Amino acid sequence: MSDTQNLTLVQAVRDGLKGEMERDDDVIVMGEDVGKNGGVFRATQGLWAEFGDDRVIDTPLAESGIVGSAIGMAAYGMKPVPEIQFLGFIYPAFDQIVSHAARLRTRSRGRYTCPMVVRAPYGGGIRAPEHHSESKEAFFSHEPGLKVVVPSTPYDTKGLLASAIRDPDPVIFLEPKLIYRAFREEVPNETYTVPLGKAATRREGTDVSVFTWGAMTRPTLEAADELSEEGIDVEVIDLRTLSPLDDEAIIESFKKTGRAAVVHEAPLTGGLGGEIAATIQEEALLYQEAPVKRITGFDTPFPLYALENYYLPQVARIKEGIKEAYEF
Amino acid sequence: MSTLQRDPSDQVQILDDEGNVLEGATVPDLDDETLVSMYQNMTLARRFDQRAVSLQRQGRMGTYPPLSGQEGAQIGSVMALEDEDWMFPSYREHGAALIRGLPLKQTLLYWMGHEDGNKPPEDVNIFTASVPIATQVLHATGAAWASKLKGENKAFICYFGDGATSEGDFHEGLNFAGVFDTPNIFFCNNNQWAISVPRERQTAAKTIAQKAVAYGFEGVQVDGMDPLAVYKVTKDAVDKAKDPQGELRPTLIEAVQYRFGAHTTADDPTVYRDDDEVEHWKKKDPIPRLEKYLRGEGLLDDEKVEAIEQEIEDDVAEAIAEAEAVPRPSPDEIFSHVFEEMPARVRAQWEDFEQLREMYGDEKLLEE
Repeated sequence: MSDTQNLTLVQAVRDGLKGEMERDDDVIVMGEDVGKNGGVFRATQGLWAEFGDDRVIDTPLAESGIVGSAIGMAAYGMKPVPEIQFLGFIYPAFDQIVSHAARLRTRSRGRYTCPMVVRAPYGGGIRAPEHHSESKEAFFSHEPGLKVVVPSTPYDTKGLLASAIRDPDPVIFLEPKLIYRAFREEVPNETYTVPLGKAATRREGTDVSVFTWGAMTRPTLEAADELSEEGIDVEVIDLRTLSPLDDEAIIESFKKTGRAAVVHEAPLTGGLGGEIAATIQEEALLYQEAPVKRITGFDTPFPLYALENYYLPQVARIKEGIKEAYEF
Repeated sequence: MSTLQRDPSDQVQILDDEGNVLEGATVPDLDDETLVSMYQNMTLARRFDQRAVSLQRQGRMGTYPPLSGQEGAQIGSVMALEDEDWMFPSYREHGAALIRGLPLKQTLLYWMGHEDGNKPPEDVNIFTASVPIATQVLHATGAAWASKLKGENKAFICYFGDGATSEGDFHEGLNFAGVFDTPNIFFCNNNQWAISVPRERQTAAKTIAQKAVAYGFEGVQVDGMDPLAVYKVTKDAVDKAKDPQGELRPTLIEAVQYRFGAHTTADDPTVYRDDDEVEHWKKKDPIPRLEKYLRGEGLLDDEKVEAIEQEIEDDVAEAIAEAEAVPRPSPDEIFSHVFEEMPARVRAQWEDFEQLREMYGDEKLLEE
């Protein structure tokens, strides 16, 4: 039997959950439709049959209830992995996440901790209804005490999810649903970890550094390939963890190229692109050859699907943005 | 018969307002020493509260939420728990927290602005005080649920006010508890006012206790200023929580009571309520009621009451002296405990700040 499987990203989520549940009896999965139904995206398929009612728990439909009770479970020594069906539905749980999950360690001076992983599919591009396509990673990255992770490949998904579950602090694990099934990758059957807080260089280059994550990684790489034909050598850094940010990777790449763009599908204002640009200003101003270009969603609500591909940064927009940084 | 199996509007009472045992009522089976300690604990909570308000007025403490009037509910309920049980407080349960093992000094430190005050001793089963309203209801549900999944047999009491019953988290917590049959006691300190908004503006329901019906388990209303009645219903709820057979384990207790003082020291209750109302409720004061009963039983006399008062006076004075002797915490405390491992950015901010401290000294940096 092969040591690897060729998995999609959502299959890697499932494989990662299964591996951690086998490793540690305290790991439980909870949320709406995660049990018998296997999750609306099938991210928990088969887990209920394998682990039973006490470890794969279909809860009432109540986001604050799911996350708030998971906080109590985590504080009491379990490792809950609550699922919020779509990130756009997380707002009822926002109070529990920022007021309690993020602060429990601080408030109790370490007596109580909250080792849980809130999973949510996020981002647009799958022709979903209103409130299903939001990309609000900045809300959580702004909150001290939370880690925010966004994988972009099946291999990373399994390894980052394992790290998140083993992490002693609360993690918001955002799964880019546009690429849940977009491609496959060989993923080891064994459990393994990919460290939190470390970016990955997806493409090396010398002219412009482009920082991105999640579903935007692929169009960014495509744009970089096309630009290389025009003689622009683009470096693509997939940040993978948005909090804490891998400042070292950002600065190191920027010092090499002196030019940068950030690609994210979240709105421009208050998005992480601004944080990355400010970090570059503070840490590497004298290397800077051009303003940092932000290629992002618009400062508008995410549109219904007839217009969603205008909203999402596409290869053409990404290319033009990178060129702007290059040609300044 | 359990006190829990009754109509939610049929309020459980054992002592009348004068401290006499009501006809047909049964005093809980507590030994003499426990009964006297119940009185002593309530008196201690009252005296602590008076001194805490006074410390705030003197500028020796920050904003503080007084508890006077609620001693019967706090002490009566928490004394029904065993050591292995858990308590999830709101921000007003200083008396109950004390009985669970959180020293008065800690409570003072918290309201004096020291984070350390919110860290219960390692062997004490009390959760951190929750300031947002009703959020702790879900934590209590989750912890009770985890305990049940681990095969333990413990009860989890969660305190909140009447205002909290309007919040979504109250409903979600009780709903989860009913669905998953968790060993919870949801204890509503209905003190009539959510800051300035009366109980009638929180719900059109006749009682808060009856809300339990919607979640499939029992709800009971108790005279929250009758410590013996509170003890009795809480004990029954604890026993039920630990008995997986029979009816659903959670219970909602509505303890009807009154807060004599302000919501917090930043609040002025004369703006929204009449003196007559306060006087009406003061007649139900839980402390003289229990005192009268205990005197009648021959368990208290002038001499004993005086001795108790002297003892609590000394205990409170000692706690205040200890809390005030604690030096201002180091700014390290701001940065530690955010994560188990300090991220590079947080470390850099801390190091920068330490440099500033060295350059300017704390006196300059703390200037207002």
